[in-house]
Amino acid sequence: MKETFTKGMARNIYYGGSLFFFLAFIGLTVDTVNKLPKTDNREAITEVVAFGKSVWEKNDCVGCHTLLGEGAYFAPELGNVYMRFGKSTEAIKAFIKSRPVDGIPGRRSMPQFNLTEEELEGLAQFLKYASGIDTHNWPPNIQG
Amino acid sequence: MKLKYESQSVAKLYFMAAIGLFVGQIIFGVILGLQYVWGDFLFPAIPFNVARMVHTNLLIVWLLFGFMGAAYYLVPEESQRELYSTKLAKILFWIFLIAGAAIVASYLLIPYARLAELTGNEYFPTMGREFLEQPTIGKVGIVVVALGFLFNIGMTILSGRKTVINMILLTGLAGLALFFLFAFYVPDNLVLDKYFWWFVVHLWVEGVWELILASLLAFVLIKVTGVDRELIEKWLYIIVAMALISGLIGTGHHFFYIGTPDYWLWLGSIFSALEPIPFFMLTLFAFNVVNKRRREHPNKAATLWALGTAVMSFLGAGVWGFLHTLAPVNYYTHGSQITAAHGHMAFYGAYVMVVLTIISYAMPIMRGRKANPMRAQVVEMWSFWLMTVGMVFITLFLTGAGILQVYLQRLTDTPLPFMVVQEKLAVFFWMREAAGLVFLIGLIIYVISFFVKGEEIEG
Ligand code: HEM
Ligand code: HEM
Ligand SMILES: [Fe+2]
Repeated sequence: MKETFTKGMARNIYYGGSLFFFLAFIGLTVDTVNKLPKTDNREAITEVVAFGKSVWEKNDCVGCHTLLGEGAYFAPELGNVYMRFGKSTEAIKAFIKSRPVDGIPGRRSMPQFNLTEEELEGLAQFLKYASGIDTHNWPPNIQG
Repeated sequence: MKLKYESQSVAKLYFMAAIGLFVGQIIFGVILGLQYVWGDFLFPAIPFNVARMVHTNLLIVWLLFGFMGAAYYLVPEESQRELYSTKLAKILFWIFLIAGAAIVASYLLIPYARLAELTGNEYFPTMGREFLEQPTIGKVGIVVVALGFLFNIGMTILSGRKTVINMILLTGLAGLALFFLFAFYVPDNLVLDKYFWWFVVHLWVEGVWELILASLLAFVLIKVTGVDRELIEKWLYIIVAMALISGLIGTGHHFFYIGTPDYWLWLGSIFSALEPIPFFMLTLFAFNVVNKRRREHPNKAATLWALGTAVMSFLGAGVWGFLHTLAPVNYYTHGSQITAAHGHMAFYGAYVMVVLTIISYAMPIMRGRKANPMRAQVVEMWSFWLMTVGMVFITLFLTGAGILQVYLQRLTDTPLPFMVVQEKLAVFFWMREAAGLVFLIGLIIYVISFFVKGEEIEG
């Protein structure tokens, strides 16, 4: 670097630039949090949905699946599974319930979690709520 | 050759633990890769999600060991005084090692849902999110260790010589601890949850960790090249400035399709498109400084790691990051094998390699010599190439898989279901597994290099 560009100038860019963009990021975060009610489908968050989210976390579903494109890439996207399963929470529950304990020879298989009826209902309602979030039309199609 | 400050030697413990956990991480990586193509491998004993959390959590824990060891080595030398407390550093080491090992062992020994019950997750739920799977009590332990560590390092720096390197390192480490606190915020609202989850993940790897990366690299470069500090410090300021200027609002590249406002499509694309700049500057910086070297340091392996870090972090974070960071591209690649390709090369190129750089430089000195015997260095350089080439091919095969996946599942007129597409990708996943084995062999050779004897090099 040229001598005309001194260390002092570099330091000022670091302090000034970082501080400015840090504050800008906080400002944007406040604005985002204020605007979220328009897109985040919060009116659908019932007690059952909140419980379903805890079941989702307790069983680490995100360790195989993506949810709105985030998670692991081993198993299908679930943000739109409610749509893919013909808007049927019963179909979602039936699928989770029917997983074989010992898997499927040679193939990927979802574990049998032995969930209670209440947990199944929570999960299904949680996934239904997730499908109602406005994601700018992501995923591109029903396959996720 | 003797250490300048005796307390620096505590870093040795941290580095040994880091390497041990690294081996564990890669073994689980190879298991995961096999489960991709041999679906019921180890099922139901070790389901994919469990193997994955072992793989990723070991990665994070060993990198943290590496960062802490690096700080304990570097800070006394930069501050020109002994560490504030060697004893505290040792106590925290054992706490962190036992806690880390206990967390990983519990994943393997107890079904995850049961682990959540046993650790009272329902009272303070923080489990079950990617990378942050640790039981809440484990997270508290991490915070305690981080605070103790920061206190120790902070006291040393603040009462010693304050260089640009140790101030930027301290800022990065403090930011690391600060942003981890968002791991405790798990709202019922999924969008809010995701938004703030990125405050840990993105603001770590594309924010404060870059400060750690740049300062560690600068330190090793000063040592091996003897180039003037003024020049190095100027570069360092500009690199970390660019990292934060682009990377803070660059977080927006994760706010395209998770239920967040429209403006992030623009802000996220524009700012994250600038994120490769600091990585590119890091590459220029490293080569520039090595070309201007004032001495021939006998540790050739450390110089190789330093240059390798500069190149591979630019490729993994800069090039592979840019590949899918613009919103219209990310619309198709979001959450695909492209993401996995990038995640691997970026983590390896930047953070794995910088830790191996400082280990390569510091470990011989802590073992009483300026550099390892040439024979040991040659073995180490072989491991460098095997691991790096292994990772390049892991990335290329995953990218191939990703392109095909995006096409078949998201782009064609007749999109195929996820699982059908996965079967068509099997050949890529097999090749990734082969490249993973090359990586593992490289790692084994790396470990062996510590035991190779030979003619001592004169310091
Ligand atoms: C130092 C080397 C490695 C690093 C830094 C690393 C890092 C990571 C990271 C960060 C993830 C999370 C991926 C994401 O969310 O995008 C991951 C997942 C994974 N890693 Fe590695 N890894 C390494 C080596 C390996 C090796 C050698 C293999 C196997 C041959 C492997 C196989 C996997 C697999 C299969 C996943 C799961 C991806 C998925 O969710 O579908 N890794 N690794
Ligand atoms: C050393 C620095 C970096 C590391 C370690 C890193 C690592 C990762 C990892 C592990 C993920 C997957 C997260 C998940 O599991 O959901 C990810 C996602 C992503 N990264 Fe990076 N990254 C780095 C730098 C960058 C840079 C500089 C860019 C842009 C130029 C970038 C662009 C992205 C994008 C767009 C995604 C989201 C992919 C998706 O939509 O699925 N990254 N990164
Ligand atoms: Fe990011």
